[in-house]
Amino acid sequence: REDRGRSPQRDFHILFVPRRSLLCEQWLKEQGVLGSFIHREQYSLDLIPFDGDLLSMESESAFKECYLESDQTSLYHAAKGLMTLQALYGTIPQIFGKGDCARHVANMMIRMKREFPGSQNSIFPVFDTLLLLDRNVDLLTPLATQLTYEGLIDEIYGIQNTYVKLPPEKFAPKKQGEGGKDLPTEPKKLQLNSAEELYAEIRDKNFNAVGSVLSKKAKIISAAFEERHHAKTVGEIKQFVSQLPHMQAARSSLANHTSIAELIKDITTSEDFFDNLTVEQEFMSGIDTDKVNNYIEDCIAQKHPLIKILRLVCLQSVCNSGLKQKVLDHYKREILQTYGYEHILTLNNLEKAGLLKPQTGGRNNYPTIRKTLRLWMDDVNEQNPNDISYVYSGYAPLSVRLAQLLARPGWRSIEEVLKMLPGPHFEERQQLPTGLQKKRQHGENRVTLVFFLGGVTYAEIAALRFLSQMEDGGTEYIIATTKLINGTTWIKSLMEKLEPAPF
Amino acid sequence: MSRVRADEEEYWHSSKFRAFTFDDEDDELSQLKESKRAVNSLRDIVDDDDDDLERVSWSGEPVGSISWSIKETASGSTSSLDGRDSSLQKGSSSYAAALPKQASSYSLSSLFKGRNKLSSFQSLSDALTDTGVKNYAPELRRPKAEYKDYSGDWSPKDTVRRMQRGKVCSLERFRSLQDKLVLLDEAVAGHDGNVITAVLIFLKRTLRREILFRELEVRQVALCHLIHFLRETGEQKFLLDLLRTHCFFPLSLQLSQYREHLNIQDVEKRREFLKGCIGLPFSAEDNSHIQDHYTLLERQIIIEANDRHLEMAGQSELFRKYPRKASILNMPLVTTLFYSCFYHYTEAEGMFSSPTNLKKTFKIPDKQYVLTALAARAKLRAWGDVDALLTTKNWLGYTKKKAPIGFHRVVEILQRNNAPVQVLQEYVRLVEDVETRLNLATKYKCHDVVIETYRDLKDRIQLTAYKGKVERGSAEEEKINSILSNTVRNAYS
Repeated sequence: REDRGRSPQRDFHILFVPRRSLLCEQWLKEQGVLGSFIHREQYSLDLIPFDGDLLSMESESAFKECYLESDQTSLYHAAKGLMTLQALYGTIPQIFGKGDCARHVANMMIRMKREFPGSQNSIFPVFDTLLLLDRNVDLLTPLATQLTYEGLIDEIYGIQNTYVKLPPEKFAPKKQGEGGKDLPTEPKKLQLNSAEELYAEIRDKNFNAVGSVLSKKAKIISAAFEERHHAKTVGEIKQFVSQLPHMQAARSSLANHTSIAELIKDITTSEDFFDNLTVEQEFMSGIDTDKVNNYIEDCIAQKHPLIKILRLVCLQSVCNSGLKQKVLDHYKREILQTYGYEHILTLNNLEKAGLLKPQTGGRNNYPTIRKTLRLWMDDVNEQNPNDISYVYSGYAPLSVRLAQLLARPGWRSIEEVLKMLPGPHFEERQQLPTGLQKKRQHGENRVTLVFFLGGVTYAEIAALRFLSQMEDGGTEYIIATTKLINGTTWIKSLMEKLEPAPF
Repeated sequence: MSRVRADEEEYWHSSKFRAFTFDDEDDELSQLKESKRAVNSLRDIVDDDDDDLERVSWSGEPVGSISWSIKETASGSTSSLDGRDSSLQKGSSSYAAALPKQASSYSLSSLFKGRNKLSSFQSLSDALTDTGVKNYAPELRRPKAEYKDYSGDWSPKDTVRRMQRGKVCSLERFRSLQDKLVLLDEAVAGHDGNVITAVLIFLKRTLRREILFRELEVRQVALCHLIHFLRETGEQKFLLDLLRTHCFFPLSLQLSQYREHLNIQDVEKRREFLKGCIGLPFSAEDNSHIQDHYTLLERQIIIEANDRHLEMAGQSELFRKYPRKASILNMPLVTTLFYSCFYHYTEAEGMFSSPTNLKKTFKIPDKQYVLTALAARAKLRAWGDVDALLTTKNWLGYTKKKAPIGFHRVVEILQRNNAPVQVLQEYVRLVEDVETRLNLATKYKCHDVVIETYRDLKDRIQLTAYKGKVERGSAEEEKINSILSNTVRNAYS
């Protein structure tokens, strides 16, 4: 309004991304400025490509809305995004799913297809299968600390839209002759995606395997730079010079990642990280999940960050199919007394989401699920993994296991276990116009699109990529989701906002 | 007002198309003041350039247009109330009460048919926009193409579909309850939250509350949307009425009520509010937490008032030496306990500010209590108190040092507060695990402990090696030497 007064010649437009909302407009109306905008548009962004094999809606509130508030608007938009995808890449002939939200999305897709018969296109289908998975089928995975390189960067520093902000000290350029006086104060911002060769190579590796890759790379790059001493003829020198930009890029990339790896190592070698991880792994392998855990109590007593505590108690609860009432009450009391009674609201949300709840029916299903699906692998090989459990150094993400088993040998073999997980599982087929039916050649991989409804972690993405590049895997995976998450951002989205509303 | 209204009615009748322009103004004219300002500013622009008028028209697309058409109809009937200042925020009951099941003021269709059904509001805005409006041109309308397929006669299903696609839809046609319910069901089946909310707004305005509530009872999804909407727009009263009338989600009611306390800044009012929450039907566990919250805040208010007074009076040495960094209000229980152990340690149990009182009232477990008191006394360097905390007397009168938290933790806390070595040493000595004991002793230079431990372990080599770490000619060196020679003697004797 002030602006309007100052410059009546100026035009104001408003562009809602990704979509308009009733409430936004209502608020604008109350402020009395709604009519001052010349154009009110929405720029619909449903699925945004984050990388060659990764799409995200970046809908932060999707999980909370779907599972806590029974608001399925984001599912509607997911379905729309999928329709757009099908318009571009062909109808997907097979749809598998597990979970209530998955069922809704599939239903919506089928209905939308029916209602727009003219959209039947003649594009050769790129995707063979669509797998829709509810986040609440696998509540465990996002709670555990990710141990892949990219996963750790996200856990510690937070990757926002493929950018990460890092403490600048290690990135100060070493100029010759200058003292280290002018240390940059701005955090260093780096973009992380597969366009960077080195990053593409190390992002999905277990962090403990990254060091050796970096040192090997260092040797290769030094050797490459040494070549200039061997270049005798003009031709050779010219060749060397032409490769120089690439080599310089490689070298700066190596420098950056070496610094990042150092930063991460400082954290992963700390006592606290080790203790935390130990407790996580104990829970995931089923040890002592039914008692109050000493480490957690100590952390509460020392007033560690609340989200860390919540992740641990939720992990224990999920690994125990819910906590015994006494244990739950004990944790709740300690948390409320230490961090404040207002957190009762967050605890309630966590219970509603199924993350921190009392055990019902007295049965703990987790050991059965863990054993049948082989979720805990003792003999994990971090350097040269042979199984997806390397992403958590022992724990195979449940969601990815389900995808793996779907491809081979199929879900019929795990019917019993599937019934223990929440929500229906189903299969749907969509008719392809004749002539587009695909016949798979021998050795040609199927392409499966896995859509995580409620969020996906980088570790799960790494695990799926691992499956894609397995020699006898037979399937390549593309990943889509409502949001890229880690345990911290996920729990945060479920916490009640405790400050009074700004409006 | 009414005189103006009558005049304006005629004026309005005479020029059809003008209605369109201040339709758009309607959007922002939710409050009289706002409307006037907005309109005046608009007037300036309007005078400049006719084409600028386009800016207030909608260039179509999704929900906006739906809500706009809804609001057209909504604002017509609701703005007739005075002091609708923040009715959307407060959701005062007058708003709801004043909603008769009147025929809607006007709808998009009526615009085109040039109908004259106006509510008082139209004329009011008319009065305000009057002067500037004359030169509005009909181009304000959206491109004719948009209305090509507008026939105004859609079934509920089609209406919902059109709304999903973002086309303009008037819901006014759905007069009968039956129609409205079908519309709602269709919207729910369509899964688009925005459409559902838009329909709900319409129903909220045009249905009697009881009927609406009754129908929502069996439509959980729509109910959730409505609750969410009411929460977002802050219509607390309506929301509470909804939740109170029918206990849809008994838990939600209590907690959403409780949540409101966060919006109350004034401490006294907050305390009152919390007191009011206690009667609500929470689960037993939650109830005790809410009760504790209230009691805690009550105590904090008393302590705060008292201590502020003390601090200002400047009499207390403790407060002078360690001025308070923040008020104790709204702090968690454990923080309050720390504060109490810091400033009011020696007070009798009867006083609200004494730690023992807090412990008793809130049933703080021993472990937590000792830990907190320890931290507080250590900060004050009151080593005597620390000692007393960790000493228990058994029934025979013998004292024993005991800690419910492990002595290594005690040492950690003491060390963090720069306890002198003699004090640290006492407790390092009591660490049970030998390796930890040695680690801590070596780290904090508690020589005696190291020496004693090596002696107990009969580890000559380490002991000799440790000699190098102590000062030459110090008492510790002597001690080492004597132990070494003793054992030698013993070995040969």
